[in-house]
Amino acid sequence: MLYRENGQFKTSYTSDLQVFPIAQDRIGIALLLAFAVFAVPLLADEYMFRAILIPFLILALAALGLNILVGYCGQISLGTGAFMAVGAYAAYNLFVRIDGMPMLLAILLGGAFSAAVGVLFGIPSLRIKGLYLAVATLAAQFFCDWAFLRIKWFTNDSASGSVSVSGLSLLGWKIDTPHEKYLLCLGIAIVFAMLAKNLVRSHIGREWMAIRDMDVAAAVIGIRPVYAKLTAFAVSSFIVGVAGALWGFVHLGAWEPAAFSIDRSFQLLFMIIIGGLGSIMGSFFGAAFIVVLPIFLNQALPALGALVGVTISTAAVAHTEFMIFGALIVFFLIVEPHGLARLWSIGKEKLRLWPFPH
Amino acid sequence: MSADTAVGPTAAAAADPAAVPGARRRRQGEVVLEVSNISLRFGGVKALTDISFDVREHEVRAIIGPNGAGKSSMLNCINGVYTPQEGRITFRGRTFDHMNSREVAEMGVARTFQNLALFKGMSVLDNIMSGRNLKMRTNILQQAFRNPWWSGAEREESEHREVVERIIDFLEIQAYRKTPVGRLPYGLQKRVDLGRALAMEPQVLLLDEPMAGMNVEEKQDMSRFILDVNDEYGTTIVLIEHDMGVVMDISDRVVVLDYGRKIGDGTPDEVRANPDVISAYLGTSH
Amino acid sequence: MGFFLETVIGGLMAGMLYSLIALGFVLIFKASGVFNFAQGAMVLFAALAMARFSEWFPELLKFDSKVLANVMAFVAAMALMVAVAWLIERLVLGKLVNQEGITLLMATLGITYFLDGFGQTVFGSDIYKIDVGLPKDPLFLLEGTFQGGVLVNKEDLYAAVIAAALVILLSLFFQYTSTGRALRAVADDHQAAQSIGIPLDRIWVIVWSVAGFVALVAGIIWGSKLGVQFSLALVALKALPVVILGGLTSVPGAIIGGLIIGVGEKLAEVYIGSKIGGGIEIWFGYVLVLFVLLVRPQGLFGEKIIDRV
Repeated sequence: MLYRENGQFKTSYTSDLQVFPIAQDRIGIALLLAFAVFAVPLLADEYMFRAILIPFLILALAALGLNILVGYCGQISLGTGAFMAVGAYAAYNLFVRIDGMPMLLAILLGGAFSAAVGVLFGIPSLRIKGLYLAVATLAAQFFCDWAFLRIKWFTNDSASGSVSVSGLSLLGWKIDTPHEKYLLCLGIAIVFAMLAKNLVRSHIGREWMAIRDMDVAAAVIGIRPVYAKLTAFAVSSFIVGVAGALWGFVHLGAWEPAAFSIDRSFQLLFMIIIGGLGSIMGSFFGAAFIVVLPIFLNQALPALGALVGVTISTAAVAHTEFMIFGALIVFFLIVEPHGLARLWSIGKEKLRLWPFPH
Repeated sequence: MSADTAVGPTAAAAADPAAVPGARRRRQGEVVLEVSNISLRFGGVKALTDISFDVREHEVRAIIGPNGAGKSSMLNCINGVYTPQEGRITFRGRTFDHMNSREVAEMGVARTFQNLALFKGMSVLDNIMSGRNLKMRTNILQQAFRNPWWSGAEREESEHREVVERIIDFLEIQAYRKTPVGRLPYGLQKRVDLGRALAMEPQVLLLDEPMAGMNVEEKQDMSRFILDVNDEYGTTIVLIEHDMGVVMDISDRVVVLDYGRKIGDGTPDEVRANPDVISAYLGTSH
Repeated sequence: MGFFLETVIGGLMAGMLYSLIALGFVLIFKASGVFNFAQGAMVLFAALAMARFSEWFPELLKFDSKVLANVMAFVAAMALMVAVAWLIERLVLGKLVNQEGITLLMATLGITYFLDGFGQTVFGSDIYKIDVGLPKDPLFLLEGTFQGGVLVNKEDLYAAVIAAALVILLSLFFQYTSTGRALRAVADDHQAAQSIGIPLDRIWVIVWSVAGFVALVAGIIWGSKLGVQFSLALVALKALPVVILGGLTSVPGAIIGGLIIGVGEKLAEVYIGSKIGGGIEIWFGYVLVLFVLLVRPQGLFGEKIIDRV
């Protein structure tokens, strides 16, 4: 009743090619963005910004980058943490070593470095496929783990092995309150989501999906696997690198290589699997799920335990989180292997018919 | 296929032998594609042995033979999917030892696949649009900053969308354009496969069993599409097909393969009378 | 020269242990087409079970004999691993038949997290001891040829011999028994194997139990050396390059891959690592495998992947 396409005719290909062809969708997205920009800062407290919203936005951005590589182009990568680290450390070195380097530029250039490294580690994908490629990407992960720990130059010869940044600002505005940090991350996330959406619905996106679905046939219609795969690695690593720089600069403030370890790589992979492979929106859904779940369990489990009179230690909570997390992953994969994004589109399809059953 | 169930142009031919086939014959040009002494082996298995034949411009050339004769392998060699151990392929006067898939596509050769190598995750529209890939020129940055108000990428996308829509009209699959191809019935998927090949605006179209698994009506439709493409655009067609009726009706010349060797080459009538061909298909009594 | 030999022998023995874990991966992949990321978690879980059971049984049943405790613990731990295998088949694999590789991989990652959490909840998260009587003293070989002799760790030696024996046993099992043949059929094509009457579910329980057995032995050996603690699960990450180097489908590949990586790591650490900051063991195996894959994308002994169109 509310969600109908009736009467919405498209008279040009351009209008049919819009991202949100249905008017109700456009209104919905506009409302959501307005809510995020104006309402959330009024409703959220510092804890929510720091523990939920900012990590959510940055990790969603990283998941977006990973989704381009894994979900759209079909190249399994387990080394995402390493690319985040490259972005973070590159941005750090530029910011700290070059006087007057604007923060945003440092972050973007960090992404560019990450893109270059991504292309380098993407070269094996031209020969190696599937699980073999997944393990090959671990080489990137472990090598970067080691490099950022042992090679002193990267950490500006810091004695403790960790680095920190301060004095963030954008075009003259200082960014130190959580509210400002949130808006910065929100802005960057929105811009990158739009750019990514444009790419995946243009011909490079179709090339990526063709390589994913059947690369032999793709070659026969003239797609160059080399170009498609390396651009996927480049674009993906750029976005992941920017996310890594944001993670270090905005979320953590001070970090060591362990912030970008293999656990981070797995976490991002879970996000896109649960959120939905090959879906921009899915990256956000998955990030929200994975960020909120541990926090939810942290509150809910002791509360549940108190109900039955059992005190659950923090270690036990951590272990139970692992168990629930693992069980949920398996559950999701069985019930909806295409992730939350598919559930969302099924929901919308039902909404188009509501209140009629079919 | 008997005369009363034949498709349009050939039904006309049955009524008036001097009409369409003659028109096609008049348009047949020089040799556009030639394979010489092609041999292909996989380990110990010889898929093709010393195959040579040519294809003339604007003709419909059929490749027939029992299962396992090497027909698909032959197309795969022309396309650059397989590399033959011996032999050469000549296209428009340029000779190659082996073909590179992308170069072949750029030279104007498109193909469909026996097992439908469609991109299952994409819609019909996207699948056919992917065939336009070679003609798209915008770079990544232009595509990333695409918008409805002032964008080269948006314009290019619309232009190619127009071409693809005409192909969709031609193949009568308008209702399915946004459906993911994995959900379509087999016959429609075959049309999408053909559509994707047509989107490349090819000079030579290699069709690998385009009518496999179809009923009579679907075969008529597909034959009609193929002949229309040949008539309207002058596309040279190389066609692998099992249905003898279709082959005899729509092709100008036929190559017969058996166990990787060529056992017949000529017009449908010549081939039909060839004793080697007859024994390959029907077996001889010893 | 003596030092070089020591390093090589140490590497060979470490490599043998990697092979043991790699074998678990290869078995499961060969028989069910699943890349079991949970192998490490299984090693940890089995080791935890063994360690704790060997403590609890003497307490509960009030006896002293260490040998008896170990034997009972081993049997109990094995039974537990079979139960785990059965549960995995029922709840996870059975529901994901014929899904894509990445889905199954992710499912095994989920199992990893679950087993980690479950194991530590039930068995505790301290460091536990396993003592099955493996000698801990060193052995000096070839004292005549090299001054001071070549130092060989007796525990490692015993471990290597046990691992080698297991590997040979399992290879024979795969090649020459009817169950082994059925396992290979299943690995080739789930649906085809089902259609000729091979009981997919039972086969999978068998395979995962065998992998559980391998995990248990590996867990005992590693746990005896390092103590049973959470980092044991990360041992699997060291075995991954071995699996890939040898080729996902090859049992001899797992052995040879293990030896190469074991020796390579040790030599690299000693001769290269000392020059560039140390600690390169963490990535040496992976980078080595990366370069091998560039030349042979299917590993040294893996099956070539042919794309048919």
